[in-house]
Amino acid sequence: MAEFKTNPEIVQPENLVYKRTDLLTPKALSYCPGCGHGTAHRIIMEVLEEMDIQDKTIGIAPVGCSVLAYEFMNIDMQQAAHGRAPALATAVKRLMPDKFIFTYQGDGDLAAIGTAETIHACNRGENIVIIFVNNGIYGMTGGQMAPTTLPGMKSSTSPYGRDVHTMGNPLRITELVAQLPGTIYVTRQAVHTPSAVRKAKKAVRKAFENQKLNKGLSFIEIVSNCNSGWKMTPLKSNEWMVENMFPYYPLGDIKVNEE
Amino acid sequence: MAKVKGEIIVDTERCKGCEVCIPVCPEEVIAMAKQVNRKGYHFAQPTNDLCTGCTNCAVVCPDGAITVYRKKFTE
Repeated sequence: MAEFKTNPEIVQPENLVYKRTDLLTPKALSYCPGCGHGTAHRIIMEVLEEMDIQDKTIGIAPVGCSVLAYEFMNIDMQQAAHGRAPALATAVKRLMPDKFIFTYQGDGDLAAIGTAETIHACNRGENIVIIFVNNGIYGMTGGQMAPTTLPGMKSSTSPYGRDVHTMGNPLRITELVAQLPGTIYVTRQAVHTPSAVRKAKKAVRKAFENQKLNKGLSFIEIVSNCNSGWKMTPLKSNEWMVENMFPYYPLGDIKVNEE
Repeated sequence: MAKVKGEIIVDTERCKGCEVCIPVCPEEVIAMAKQVNRKGYHFAQPTNDLCTGCTNCAVVCPDGAITVYRKKFTE
């Protein structure tokens, strides 16, 4: 195959239509190839850049795969103890009400160890944005079963599949917090196709707009793949996610309070 | 008729070879290189000049490795 040469007439600064946002640091992301975390990071940073609030935003990094989020997001960040990101976000927002605060959490962080913090922050209706990346597994520690693991899904601690009789049912925490009066906007999105990414970005934008208007807590779940934990190729894991995750975790807005 | 042509530049050292960009390209421009980058990943590269600059590949790229250019040519 002859090497393809790019056309220098097109590759000019005035023709640029898309480039990696400068709000992501030049560091290589520590995520596995094909992981949805990278895309989720990027859409948040693009929204901050479009709204021009990067100097007024404080992110709360979780514990999990995205524990090093502060290394990649070129904004002010705080690191919370495992699961306590909504509690820390509450403190930061109350001390600095003019700042934009968001937490970025995985399912092991938000839906397992941090369930209490999540539910109470949502119930109090703190004026923050919670980004919840759900891949149905503890990715960082080696693919153990999480509360969001699907029935029958194999993980390193449920090698015969999750048995709902002994291990309980998967937790749909997004539907749970949608019932609380404190939440203003609850939605579930994905980042596996271009259209899904664009929709997710709109949702993130809406969440930050809500915070700008002091409306209340916005909760965005992003259903993602974990190709390493699921032991699949990135493309296969995206297919598997569409076939298995989406029936249990359907995409779309769950609660939109327009006032 | 005006014709829109695009061009993608892949940051080959940033690419991790996940291949997510390949099925989303409507013009089937992207393929994986036989060579590997310094980390040992086969990186994505454009193989023809059919690109329209739709940015689909760049939008799904988890590592933000793709930069897209687009130009309108009037004949």
